[in-house]
Amino acid sequence: MQSALRLPKAFSRYRLALLGLGVALPLVVLLAAGSGAYAVAPQDIPRVLWERENPTYAVLTSVRFPRVLLAVVAGALLALSGAVMQGLFRNPLADPGLIGVSAGAALGAAAFIVALPGAGALEVYALPLMAFAGGLLATLAVWALASSGGQVQVLTLLLAGVALNALAGALIGLLVSRATDEQLRSLTFWTLGGYGGATWGLLAAIAPTALLSLWGLLRLSRPLNALVLGESEAFHLGVSLEPFKRKAVALAALAVGTAVAAAGSVGFIGLVAPHLFRLLAGPDHRYLLPGSVLLGAILSVLADLIARTAAAPAELPVGVVTSLLGAPFFIALLLRFKREVAR
Amino acid sequence: MLEARALSFRVGQRRLLGGVSFGLGAGEVLGVLGPNGAGKSTLLRLLSGEERPSSGEVRLLGKPLPAYAAAELALLRSVLTQRRDLGFPFTAYEVAFLGRLPHLERRPEHPRDHQATAHALGLAQAQALSHRKYPTLSGGEQSRVDLARVLAQEPRLLLLDEPTNHLDPRHQVEVLQLCRRLAREGWAVVAVLHDLNLAALFCDRVLLLHQGAAVALGTPHEVLEPERLERVYGLPFALTRHPSGRPWVMPLG
Repeated sequence: MQSALRLPKAFSRYRLALLGLGVALPLVVLLAAGSGAYAVAPQDIPRVLWERENPTYAVLTSVRFPRVLLAVVAGALLALSGAVMQGLFRNPLADPGLIGVSAGAALGAAAFIVALPGAGALEVYALPLMAFAGGLLATLAVWALASSGGQVQVLTLLLAGVALNALAGALIGLLVSRATDEQLRSLTFWTLGGYGGATWGLLAAIAPTALLSLWGLLRLSRPLNALVLGESEAFHLGVSLEPFKRKAVALAALAVGTAVAAAGSVGFIGLVAPHLFRLLAGPDHRYLLPGSVLLGAILSVLADLIARTAAAPAELPVGVVTSLLGAPFFIALLLRFKREVAR
Repeated sequence: MLEARALSFRVGQRRLLGGVSFGLGAGEVLGVLGPNGAGKSTLLRLLSGEERPSSGEVRLLGKPLPAYAAAELALLRSVLTQRRDLGFPFTAYEVAFLGRLPHLERRPEHPRDHQATAHALGLAQAQALSHRKYPTLSGGEQSRVDLARVLAQEPRLLLLDEPTNHLDPRHQVEVLQLCRRLAREGWAVVAVLHDLNLAALFCDRVLLLHQGAAVALGTPHEVLEPERLERVYGLPFALTRHPSGRPWVMPLG
């Protein structure tokens, strides 16, 4: 009976973490929306939005909010896919890039930029589309490589992803060697990521796939929990493994493809956000998945804030900021998990 | 409740199991015995539906296993395997609660699910471990938490692969007493066991496997004959009697 009484405590730690993050996200959004060359105090933002007359209103609605919202969406998608991939691969060091989607998207974008010079007029819509298609194609290739007789071995999937990442990297390198200076700048944006291209139009364009993948991935928490025990045990607990793996990989590819198409490949958020939530609360996917959404969004907005303000008026690529902060964190994790990883 | 008909399983040219048949009713505990590599775990994988037999079939409640969806099957049978690694550091309670998963497919969580989990942890003598992280537990403690998980699943058929592994003598006896008690409540139990005497004490019938074939199936009294055991295990045995009247065998080294 005592354990039943102590129980809510363990569960409330998850709820508390979710609640804290849920409160923190709007605050961080307001802070980021208010910061920049034209500063607005965060507490004034609701009033400015309400009155609609202040000249600040235009700055906020046409520049700041699209950018901050794109950071929220991209961060949420990357972190959620990261959490799902880590669960699927049963490996805390897995990254959404592992199934080839980021590399494929970057390759799609690079091919478009270099092979179709002068397509500038089309760039706004066609480039994200090419990146998206590249990401999905790469994932399909990885999946085809890893499946045999209707079954997919998760370890093979991971190795196929590594191989495809290397191949895409080499092809991007080839394209880079043939690129002009202007094309190079465009390419750099894709490989390092950034939210500078945000408009309401872009947000509307990514909304359908973003919402679909968020909704679909959040529903995977229970089978992911079962998979913690291993594939056989997940089957014994009623998880139909192959359909589940297909769903997880397809939705993660859709999520990462959407994020990369809109913002380039922003590194480390997909790896770090789920980890931070596990440290904050615990590994239960029912809480970890929504928690990663919130944490990923928060980290992404903060990274963009640093990218915009640290070297103002110049702007750093967001990917540089996330990697600068994320890499040491990753190394700390490696040291912490060295025993388990080395096994 | 469970019926195995001429089960065979091959991997390539190797026959891991050949022509094993038996039936199991509700309220019955069946022990599966045999030396290493006799096909005990393979048999359990076929019975659980994890692998499909190369020939023959398994029927559960009169319906062949492939006709069940994984989620339906999980409501009827639970499986204790020998796996002991966990992807992430869940607490013992969270691991046991995973047993409720099949019940949560179509409905939201209910306090009853937590009651069932707490009850299962109690039956497996693991309630004191609830808040410990599973990976920090000893082998025996992990076994008890895993047992709690398969009990929390509240199936009608329990498939146990060496449930007494890693346990001290007291917990070994308690696990098998628990199997008897669950059988009295109408569950059916299949347990792979290495200890012939524990099997003799607690099983209604035992199935003796050797090189993938069923050598004998019957009451412990009928199956545990010294000559047969010597043929199967390659070691002479002496037969005596446990105070309960059940057979008691001893290897003579």
